[in-house]
Amino acid sequence: MALSSTEIKEIAYLARIAIQDNEVPHFQKELSSILDFVAQLQSIDTDKVEPLSNPLDQTQRLRADEVTETNQRDANQEGAPLVEEGLYLVPKVIE
Amino acid sequence: MQWEAVIGLEIHTQLSTKSKIFSGSSTAFGAEPNVQASIVDLGLPGTLPVFNKEALRMAVKFGLAIDAEIGKHSVFDRKNYFYPDLPKGYQITQLHHPIVKQGHVDIRLDDGQVRRIGVTRAHLEEDAGKSLHEDFHGMSGIDLNRAGTPLLEIVSEPDLRSSKEAAAYFKKIHSIVTYLGICDGNLSQGSMRCDCNVSIRPVGTKELGTRTELKNINSFRFVEKAIDAEIDRQIDILESGGSITQETRLYDADKNETRSMRSKEVANDYRYFPDPDLLPVEIDDAYIQDVRDTLPELPDEKIVRLVQEQGLSEYDASVLAQTKEMADFFEETAKSCGDYKLAANWTMGELSAALNKHELNISQSPISSEQLGLLVTRIKDNTISGKIAKQVFQSLWDKEGDTVDAIIENKGLKQVTDTGAIEAIVDEVLAASSEQVANYQSAPEDKRKKMIGFFVGQVMKASKGKANPGQVNAILAKKLG
Repeated sequence: MALSSTEIKEIAYLARIAIQDNEVPHFQKELSSILDFVAQLQSIDTDKVEPLSNPLDQTQRLRADEVTETNQRDANQEGAPLVEEGLYLVPKVIE
Repeated sequence: MQWEAVIGLEIHTQLSTKSKIFSGSSTAFGAEPNVQASIVDLGLPGTLPVFNKEALRMAVKFGLAIDAEIGKHSVFDRKNYFYPDLPKGYQITQLHHPIVKQGHVDIRLDDGQVRRIGVTRAHLEEDAGKSLHEDFHGMSGIDLNRAGTPLLEIVSEPDLRSSKEAAAYFKKIHSIVTYLGICDGNLSQGSMRCDCNVSIRPVGTKELGTRTELKNINSFRFVEKAIDAEIDRQIDILESGGSITQETRLYDADKNETRSMRSKEVANDYRYFPDPDLLPVEIDDAYIQDVRDTLPELPDEKIVRLVQEQGLSEYDASVLAQTKEMADFFEETAKSCGDYKLAANWTMGELSAALNKHELNISQSPISSEQLGLLVTRIKDNTISGKIAKQVFQSLWDKEGDTVDAIIENKGLKQVTDTGAIEAIVDEVLAASSEQVANYQSAPEDKRKKMIGFFVGQVMKASKGKANPGQVNAILAKKLG
């Protein structure tokens, strides 16, 4: 399955990865070959196979509804580039 | 052309768990920014979600309350998108295997008609944080306290046909979740937020028109107004030959109009896939039965009981049952005075009017159900008349006394039931209105009933409202012959 250059740019955008125009053919080739590899699965008849959500033969364990976390704001914000009045500052997301 | 609206609602309901859906952080409202955002909520590498038992139980409770099939095998998926208030870069939600499947609720319209509205599904997911866009030198501030708060997203079928039906449906869901105690129902704090999908089509046609989605509406009134504004906009466009663009729109309450949210709409591509950090949630019949056993009386059941056992009208019962707070207040009042009808009249009449006037809700009422119950009791045992009771009510409201009895005592409002005393007042009134007495006595029998009202009024006035109206009527009828 060959991905078009437009699809490559869309995928890059969705992943927020900046790629240069001259890199597109390279990714086209690499990603397409990954898809081809996975596409082999398409030839298998899965009509009678239950979809598998998780390979572990276990079910979800549940947690009691209790507050177990304490305020770690100072520690958590040590690694943040910009903080003000307890808020994380980020580039403005709306105009 | 006659148009018909087709409306479906997605209601995000914040579940009232103590801790978050996948972490042990508190969900309490109103904390300092980011003090309730743990490393799980921040999406730090290496952290893992652990599902909150109570969120599951609450979702199942809702499913049972709307007569839905419960998803015994439910799966969490990742919905991927980038936004700073979503630190992991994906929201954990349920796509193909929700916890609650097809169900329904009944809504009552103003004309008393009942309509059944389909609920397609309800699924569990985590809320995002909050972005604040003001006052940060051109930057946005992010508060992640809300990130990871459990939400139940309740999706209706496109069964609603008007803004009024949509508001009635929203109110009904609000009523159900607050009765169940799974959501505090506090709309102003964002505990329930509603997205409305709206399209129109010519009346009589089946094909659906292009829909728009109105995002994040958090009041019953705005649901109605926003949908009306959007229907008008769509009609204008179609009638002038244009076409509707499928898009997300925001309602501007100040201008009473909807506007497009994004200038360059890139089609969403959320790349859903099962979250490998969470295993499928399996529940069995015993679990479901266990939850079913804890279901409280629901609004529809309460209405039936109030009508059939207590003789209230359908309308009164549905007004009183609408919110849990109102229903509880009313039933406490009724139990304390032993008279459901009088309690209903006072709760819906005097009390509701006073609350509306002061823009209070029932939980902020300065008069307790116990006080109102005692007030009704004092009407029933003839200590005071209904009219005087309104004075006592006002005094209670103004906190002029602690108890009903103290106010009656201190203000000397006790009803006069002494026949001799009432006769004396009647005699006075009759002596002062000889002309009316003559008119009355020369009037034909069928007119007299109306005319006696004048004398009753005069006697009540002379007694400052304290004479027992029943006795006044009887004595007047006797004396006037």
